[in-house]
Amino acid sequence: MFLEIRIHGRGGQGIVTAAEMIAEAAILEGFYAQSIPLFGAERRGAPVSSSTRISESPIRRHSQVRNPHIVAVCDPILLYMKEVFDGVVDGTTLVINHKQEPQLKGFRVALLDATGIAVENGLVSAGWAILSTVIFGAVSKVTGVVSKGTVPKVIRSRWDGEAAERNVLAATAGYDGVKSW
Amino acid sequence: MIATGNHAVAHGVKAARAEVVAAYPITPQTQIIEKLSEFIERGDMRAKLLRVESEHSAMAACIGASACGARAFTATSSQGLLYMSEMVFWAGLGSFPVVMAVVTRTLAPPWSIWNEHTDILSQRDAGWIMMMCESVQEAYDSTLQAFKIAEDGRVRQPVMFGLDAFSLSHTSERLDPVEQQEADAFLPAPERNWKVLDVQDPTTYGNMAGPDIMMEIRHSIMERVKNSAHLIEEVALEFSRISGREQTGLVEGYKTSGAEVVLVVAGASSGDAKDAADTLREEGVKAGVARLRVIRPFPAEKIRETVQGCKAVAVVDRDYSFGCGGIIGKEVASATRARQFNYIAGIGGRDLSISDFMGVAKDALRRSEAGEEGGEIWWGTKRHQ
Repeated sequence: MFLEIRIHGRGGQGIVTAAEMIAEAAILEGFYAQSIPLFGAERRGAPVSSSTRISESPIRRHSQVRNPHIVAVCDPILLYMKEVFDGVVDGTTLVINHKQEPQLKGFRVALLDATGIAVENGLVSAGWAILSTVIFGAVSKVTGVVSKGTVPKVIRSRWDGEAAERNVLAATAGYDGVKSW
Repeated sequence: MIATGNHAVAHGVKAARAEVVAAYPITPQTQIIEKLSEFIERGDMRAKLLRVESEHSAMAACIGASACGARAFTATSSQGLLYMSEMVFWAGLGSFPVVMAVVTRTLAPPWSIWNEHTDILSQRDAGWIMMMCESVQEAYDSTLQAFKIAEDGRVRQPVMFGLDAFSLSHTSERLDPVEQQEADAFLPAPERNWKVLDVQDPTTYGNMAGPDIMMEIRHSIMERVKNSAHLIEEVALEFSRISGREQTGLVEGYKTSGAEVVLVVAGASSGDAKDAADTLREEGVKAGVARLRVIRPFPAEKIRETVQGCKAVAVVDRDYSFGCGGIIGKEVASATRARQFNYIAGIGGRDLSISDFMGVAKDALRRSEAGEEGGEIWWGTKRHQ
């Protein structure tokens, strides 16, 4: 088993954290995992990406993910960027934060209103919905290797108290809410 | 646990019980010091954190602390390392066993925050022992080993180790720290029985040395750095025992036995080179990898043994010496008579994939078989239109 995931979003949405949490969850499931942020434009709102690798055997490589099996897109407007589709092949699953299914032929699309879930759980900072935990939950489900019970464990290792509980609710809603792929 | 390369270094420094940390922030190193500051603030680590006004002062503070017998640590990157350079040489030529993490980053101009090794290699003549890390785990393991090597009475020279910007510094991987009592047994408190600053028995540091004595001082550093090669292997072996993880001393040979082409690499891309060697072997190309874990003392003999009998040596340099060539390429060329092709690649943080390493290995083999004696190849440079 070797799985590569790339998350596209905007600076401030929490995609580096999401990619890290996916790796952490996979490690708890007994796999080897790694998360690699693509740094550059570390500005709020700028397009950014971050990747995760999950494997049955130790991961030695440190190059960027070129052919992701799963691509998560945290802002549907980013679907107009060619970078989102770099190295994407038939069978790549797109996890898209959107209320309606975009017209994308030839891909398996998993849909999720991540922004809605984040806002419902009060995960908003400076007017921005923080999507890290919702996307973490949704992508964890799509990987097929992270069980639902592992998701709260990862979150509670990072946050305490009420913040942890709100994020657990958001991540679980993401895990359960991701539709059809 | 899961940690970035930077945080792994901080955990290593905590386990090593460093007593003085002096640093100035610079991307992509800052996380190391932020984490250490967090440990100290929470009381998980007992150390003096000095927030200095520059990297030059950071190293000066570490030298002062070290002169008093304290275990001192700092971290920096690119421009910061160059600004620190006068004091880097002072630590090396003064034999102060400071430990420093260098997150390797491209030198400006133009401004860049991405990975390149020219910054750390620019300090190669400063009398420091220099290592390069391949993984998050090795960044942690090397931190503990660095203090042990630096403080050994047979060496007593500073040690720096490099982490590739972002692809190691900010990449999260599984990290298994050693138990604190194991770390303590491996690295006891520094022996302070050497000449420390003592008002009852004053000595001076930084005095002038005339032509009658300077050569002997340098000769002594030469001998200790040279002899550290043996200690580095010894310390790696000892750490393998306590950690249960096989450690690399000077050079890691991967599938080099019977190899026709050997990729010589250093740093975080080494794993990509090994994956490339695996795929090449499946395709019937006998490829291997020689990973330089140590740059100083330069492991010439180990390299010679590792590449012996191959048709082509492909040295991949993520650095450059203008008017000369790849820095590691030139050093490898001085160590072996094998046909060597020097690939300049990944400059300014350009990503090096497994297919790049496969391409490099095949290209070197093809050139060697065509009778080329060697040469320098800029790999993947875009052609001007």
